[in-house]
Amino acid sequence: MLSKQKLRIAAFSTAVIAFAAVSGSALAQKKYDTGATDTEIKVGNIMPYSGPASAYGVIGKTEEAYFKKINAEGGINGRKINFISYDDGYSPPKAVEQVRKLVESDEVLLVFNSLGTPSNSAIQKYLNAKKVPQLFVATGATKWNDPKDFPWTMGWQPSYQSEARIYAKYLLKEKPDAKIAIMFQNDDFGKDYLKGLKDGLGAKASMIVAEESYEPTEPTIDNHIVKLKATGADVFISITTPKFAAQAIKKLAEIEWKPLHILSNVSASVGSVIKPAGFENAQGILSAAYAKDGADSQWDNDPGMKKFFAFLEKYYPEANKLDGSVVYGYGVAQTLVKVLEMCGDNLTRENVMKQAASLKGFAPDTLLPGVTISTSATDFAPIEQLQMMRFKGEKWELFGDIISGELSH
Amino acid sequence: MSAAEEVVTEAPAVEAVPKRAMTLGYGTSLVMLALLIAAPLFVKNFIIFQLTMLLVYALAVLALNILTGGSGQFSLGQSAFYAVGAYTSAILMEHVGMNYALTLPIAGVICFGFGFLFGQPALRLSGVYLALATFALATAMPQLLKLGYFEHWTGGVQGLVVTKPDAPFGLPMSQDMWLYYFTLVVTVAIYIFSVNLLRSRSGRAFMAIRDNEIAASAMGIDVALYKTLAFGVSAGITGVAGGLGAIAVQFVAPDGYTILLAINLFLGMVVGGVGWLPGSIVGSAFIIFVPNIAEGISKGLSGAVFGILLFLVIFLVPHGARQIAIVAQQLIGKLKKN
Repeated sequence: MLSKQKLRIAAFSTAVIAFAAVSGSALAQKKYDTGATDTEIKVGNIMPYSGPASAYGVIGKTEEAYFKKINAEGGINGRKINFISYDDGYSPPKAVEQVRKLVESDEVLLVFNSLGTPSNSAIQKYLNAKKVPQLFVATGATKWNDPKDFPWTMGWQPSYQSEARIYAKYLLKEKPDAKIAIMFQNDDFGKDYLKGLKDGLGAKASMIVAEESYEPTEPTIDNHIVKLKATGADVFISITTPKFAAQAIKKLAEIEWKPLHILSNVSASVGSVIKPAGFENAQGILSAAYAKDGADSQWDNDPGMKKFFAFLEKYYPEANKLDGSVVYGYGVAQTLVKVLEMCGDNLTRENVMKQAASLKGFAPDTLLPGVTISTSATDFAPIEQLQMMRFKGEKWELFGDIISGELSH
Repeated sequence: MSAAEEVVTEAPAVEAVPKRAMTLGYGTSLVMLALLIAAPLFVKNFIIFQLTMLLVYALAVLALNILTGGSGQFSLGQSAFYAVGAYTSAILMEHVGMNYALTLPIAGVICFGFGFLFGQPALRLSGVYLALATFALATAMPQLLKLGYFEHWTGGVQGLVVTKPDAPFGLPMSQDMWLYYFTLVVTVAIYIFSVNLLRSRSGRAFMAIRDNEIAASAMGIDVALYKTLAFGVSAGITGVAGGLGAIAVQFVAPDGYTILLAINLFLGMVVGGVGWLPGSIVGSAFIIFVPNIAEGISKGLSGAVFGILLFLVIFLVPHGARQIAIVAQQLIGKLKKN
C-alpha cells in the first residue's frame, strides 16, 4: 500500500520535473506575448488616412513600405512584421474603436506610431490599463514623456516645448532686447509651443509684445500678420502648419515687414513650404531641425540619405520625396525595427518596453549628423536634440551646436 | 409669405409617414430586444464596445428622427448637442465626482434647454435655411470648446479623460458588458418614451406641423411652441447619447464632435428611413460598420468606396431600411396566405 503510494508520488514528481525542465528550457529560449510567434510579429497602427489630417497618412504608407523591405530582407531574427494599420479619420472615438480592434481582435503585440494628440490621448489610458506598448506616438506633445504615470507610452520626435525652448535660448543670447510677436495655431500644437516659449524666456517673458491665434479652418491669416506688424515687433515667431507658414512668409514680404523670422520645425519643409512661398521671400528665416530634408541637395551624397532614396526607389516609388512625412515615417520605422531586434527572442510586451527604454546613441539614417536617440527607464523622450538653421539660397544652412532642449530644469 | 415662396418652401417637406408605420409590432420588437440582450454573451469585449457605440449612435439618430421625421425640421447641428451632452457628463464625472448614471439626466436637461432656446430663433427659418443655421451651430461648437475661458473645465484642446465605471454590486461582468446593458436600458427607455411621445397629443401636433403648417395652426396647434419643443426633445435625447458616448469612449475632445458627426447622424437617419424609429439602429449600424468595410476593401480609396456603397443604398432603397422592412412584411404575408 505504502510502496504503491510512494511509487505513484515518485512517478508523478518525475513527470512534473520532466515537464518543468522541458518548459523551462523552452522559456529560456523564447518568450512570447500575444501578437508574436516564431514566424511573425504583429504591429498595430492607426493613421488619419481620411479626414482633416489625411496629409499625414503618408507616414503610415511609408512605414508599411519600410516593413515590406525588412520582410523581403528576411525579417527580424527570422520573424516577419505583420503591419496592421487602420484609419481613424483623426477622430478620437474612432481611434478608440480601431485600437480596441487591434488589441482585442487582431491581437497585436504593440501599437506603433499612432498619429495625433487627440487620438493618442483617447487611447493612452486604455493601452496602459491593458499593458500594451504605445510606442513612438506621432505627436510632439510634451505629455508623452511620463514613464511614472504611463509606463506603456513613449513619444519619438522632439517635443514642441523643447523646440520652443531652443528658440527662447537663442533669442535671450543673441537678441536680448527683442520685441517678439507670436502667431500660433489654436490647438494642442500651438498652445504647447507657446508654453515652451514662455517657459524658455522665463523672467523675460515680457519680451513678447503680441500674440495672435488663428483657427486651422481659416482660409487666410493675412489680417493677423498686418495686426502683428502694427505692434512694432522686431521678431516674428510663426507657430504654424505648412499651409499657413507659406502664407505668412509671402505676406511678410508683401507688406515689407522684415523682422527676424523664426519658423516652427513642423513647417520647415523646403518642398511644401519654402518653395511655394518663394525662395527670395524666405532668406534669413531661422528654424531648427532634427532630421534631414529630402528636398535639400546638401544631403544628396549623404550615406544615410542614399539608403533612404534607394529604399524609396524600390519599395515606395510613388512617394513624394519632398514630403517631410516620408522622411519621418522612415526614421521612426527604423527605430521600431531596432527595438525589435534588441528584443531578440524575448518578445513580451514588458521586454519591448524595456528595450525601447534602453536605446543608447541610436542614429536612424534620416536624422541630422550628431542627433541620436537615447532613452532610459526615467527618460521616455527619444529625440531631444535639434540644431538651429538659417535659410540661405535654396536650402537650409545648419549653424551652431546640436542643442538639447531637455525639459529638466 | 408670397405664394411663390410658399411653393418653394413646401417642396422639400418630409414625406408624410402615418404614425402607425413609425414603429414595429410587439412581436418584432420583443425579438429585437431579445437579440440585443443576448448578443454580448457570445462576442469579445471589443465587439461589445462596438455594440455599445451602435446603441449610442442609434439614440442620436432616433433623436434626429423625431425632429425630422416627426416635426419635419432639418438639423445639421446634432453634433453640437451631442458635444454638450458629452462634455456635461465628462465634467460632472471628473470635476464634480458625480456618479455616471446621474450625469445623464443632467446632460439631457441641459441639452433640452439648449435645444429649446436654439429652437426660438430657428422658428423663423424652415427647410434648407434651418439646415444652414444648425450647420453654423455644428461648426462653431468645437471652437467654443477650445475657448480659454472654459479651459479649466473642458481641458481645452487636450480634452478630458473619463473613468470607466465598474459593474455595481460586484456583478461578475466586464466593464464593457455592464456599460452595454446600462446603455441598452437607457436606449430602450428612451425608445419607448419616443414611441409614446409620437402617439400622444404632442406627437400628433408634430406630425400635423410636418404635413402642413398652415392647416396645423388653423386647427389650433401652437406651431411655435411645438416646433421648439421638438427641437428641445431632440437635443435632450442627443445629449443623453453624447453622455453615454463619452463614458463608453472614456474621452472627450473638441475634435471628436465636428460637423462630420452631424452629417453622419443625418446619413444614419436617411439610411434607416426618415420617420421610422426602429430604422435608427440600422442607420447607426451603417455609419459605424460601413466605413470599416470600405476600409477593408481599399485603404487608399476608403472614402470613394464608402461613397459608392452609400450611393447604392440611396439608389436601390431610397426609403432606407423602412422600405426593406415593408417588402419583408409583404413577403411574409404572402407566405402565410399560401
